[in-house]
Amino acid sequence: MTHTVRTAVMFSFIAALILLAGIMQGWNNALLILNMGLISAIMALGVNLQWGFAGLFNVGVMGFVALGGLASVVVSMPPTAGAWTLNAGPQAIFALAVGIGIIAACIYAWNHMANGMARSIALLVLLIGGFFLYRGLFDPAVARIEAIDPAATGYLGGVNLPILLAWPVGGLLAAGAAWVIGKTALGLRSDYLAIATLGIAEIVIAILKNEDWLSRGVKNVVGLPRPVPYEIDLQNSASFVSRAEGLGIDPVTASTLFVKFSYACLFTAVLALLLVLAELALKSPWGRMMRAIRDNETAAEAMGKNVKKRHLQIFILGSAICGIAGAMMTTLDGQLTPGTYQPLRFTFLIWVMVIVGGSGNNFGAVLGGMLIWFLWVEVEPIGRWLLEVITSPLPADNALRVHLLESAAHMRLLTMGIVLLVVLRFSPRGLLPER
Amino acid sequence: MDLLNALIAFLNFVAVPAMAYGSQLALGALGVTLIYGVLRFSNFAHGDTMAFGTMATILVTWLFQSWGISIQPLPTALLALPFGIAITAALLYATDHGVYRFYRKQKAAPVILMIVSMGIMFILNGVVRFIIGPDEQRFDDGTRFLVSARDFKEWTGLNEGLAIKTSQGITVITAFIVVALLFWFLTYTRTGKSMRAFSDNEDLALLSGINPERVVAITWLIVAGLATIAGVLYGLDKSFRPFTYFQLLLPIFASAIVGGLGNPLGAIAGGFIIAFSEVTITYAWKKVISYMVPETLEPSGLVQLLSTDYKFAVSFAILVIVLLFRPTGLFGGKSV
Repeated sequence: MTHTVRTAVMFSFIAALILLAGIMQGWNNALLILNMGLISAIMALGVNLQWGFAGLFNVGVMGFVALGGLASVVVSMPPTAGAWTLNAGPQAIFALAVGIGIIAACIYAWNHMANGMARSIALLVLLIGGFFLYRGLFDPAVARIEAIDPAATGYLGGVNLPILLAWPVGGLLAAGAAWVIGKTALGLRSDYLAIATLGIAEIVIAILKNEDWLSRGVKNVVGLPRPVPYEIDLQNSASFVSRAEGLGIDPVTASTLFVKFSYACLFTAVLALLLVLAELALKSPWGRMMRAIRDNETAAEAMGKNVKKRHLQIFILGSAICGIAGAMMTTLDGQLTPGTYQPLRFTFLIWVMVIVGGSGNNFGAVLGGMLIWFLWVEVEPIGRWLLEVITSPLPADNALRVHLLESAAHMRLLTMGIVLLVVLRFSPRGLLPER
Repeated sequence: MDLLNALIAFLNFVAVPAMAYGSQLALGALGVTLIYGVLRFSNFAHGDTMAFGTMATILVTWLFQSWGISIQPLPTALLALPFGIAITAALLYATDHGVYRFYRKQKAAPVILMIVSMGIMFILNGVVRFIIGPDEQRFDDGTRFLVSARDFKEWTGLNEGLAIKTSQGITVITAFIVVALLFWFLTYTRTGKSMRAFSDNEDLALLSGINPERVVAITWLIVAGLATIAGVLYGLDKSFRPFTYFQLLLPIFASAIVGGLGNPLGAIAGGFIIAFSEVTITYAWKKVISYMVPETLEPSGLVQLLSTDYKFAVSFAILVIVLLFRPTGLFGGKSV
């Protein structure tokens, strides 16, 4: 089977799965799976850029996805009334700038002063004095922001722009974070880099959960604006209702389907654009150089390639894609819920997608994203059905049967692990191997 | 101005909890470091191995309790611990034979083994939740306190009380015994020496007739013991929830790396460094400071550097800072 045929067969299989879900569980459900599948595919594309192209082991995907989510809040929510007039917002931002200035001063002192007592004292003074200065400016500002109607706002709000703008902004935010992280952590070797990125992602989530002035923390930001119409508006629109009735669909159902379908179109457009760019990058001299660096760093370096710079470059690009996907996901959810970001779901699952789909192959990553997301959603109902069939000889109140049926919800982690191991064992290069 | 009260408050709220937490982290980090030293990959499944071992121990504990067996005033879990270790060792041996050995034979890159361990992590995570459920389980019985705050105040007449939970006492003592045994094993026994040789230079060790499969099997056995003990001690001290154990992976890795991957001494030091910094940076120092300064200078705020929710962030900030200046950890670990 040639590569193209194999790709076509695999993608038709996914399409068939989603159609099957539509027929058996309703089209609403199928569109839900499709939408999150498209977003997952974009995340997988970002990880594939880092791992498949360049061999960078980034276990901090969750952090970049969350930053994208933050971007949609900052871009699209209206500014909180009072937060800016009370001078609290500007003061908080000034305090942050002071904090960054202090860190920059420390880095400058570290690099430009001679090693010795003077440098240590200067650093200590800068760090300790700077910390108190920063907290002295920052804490009162934050207290004032969080005091503004905490039940409804209690945070700075955003700049009230269309939410579609948040997608590129999410990418930029993630890229900025990746630049800082890459500058500090990319010098590390494989395992150390992996754990460092894992840790940094945890730090990002801790900040989102605790800095209420920025993201409302675990109180969540709800009611983000939408790039697509609201169901209720559609139902009130005479032309939409008449068209739905013309197609023989109940207007309420039609409106929910229409909203989800609009999202699917937007997501498909973004995915297609990114996929084209990633393919062009992979087939360009730049892509060949990346793979050469991945396969033999020493040789590439000897040929005059700046390995560190290229690594930083691709780390930023891959992270930016994850940030875009994060902003899209928050847009789809309509809310930012920092408490729900978990590494199992937003880092390790994305890795399963890339490995199963085929690392180094962009289509493989997209395929893996859609397929694994489908499994992630459908394993639970399938597992419950399976367990029900297996335990059907037992009476309904049998303790083992009850326990098994209750545990069906945990089948998905188990299945993901088994899928990953089976693919790694029997098709180590994934379902669509790199060419 | 009451330095003694300040000292007791410090011991009670900072030193004792950090000591217990540090011991648990050190045991966990020792397991990670041993796998890195001998099998040469970072085992992402370690947190879930701890959860599995603890779950096995809890199930045996419940069995014992239903038979009416107990070892008052100590928790019954200590009696169940050897059985838990045996079950976990069987599991790890099975995963090694069924999964890891294949890649070892192929001489797969360490990063592939790391991804494989991610698969094992998912499976163990699922298995534990499947068997015992995702909810919290308490399995500590026996006497709750070695020293209770009230008794301490009565004995000493101080304002501040010092409380030491039985679980904290057991943790520190057990950790000390386990670490001593491990170092004795690695330094003086033939098997321990061959393990170190294998870890230092695989080819040379193979040339001198060391059986690699035996070394690997013994490593997994020791790791099963360390992981189960660490998990049970943590569970006795706090409580058991599968998700918490998965989260523990992060500070455990931080400990192992701060000390230097593959370096057992570093893992222990790293465990205590991480534990003490987590506790000191997120503790509200107001009480301690109030005892130490005149009344007029008493701080108005809580004097807390970071909120407690930043616990994990602290361990990673330390990790990143250490790695920036010493890329293979404080004690110079390996890098594959």
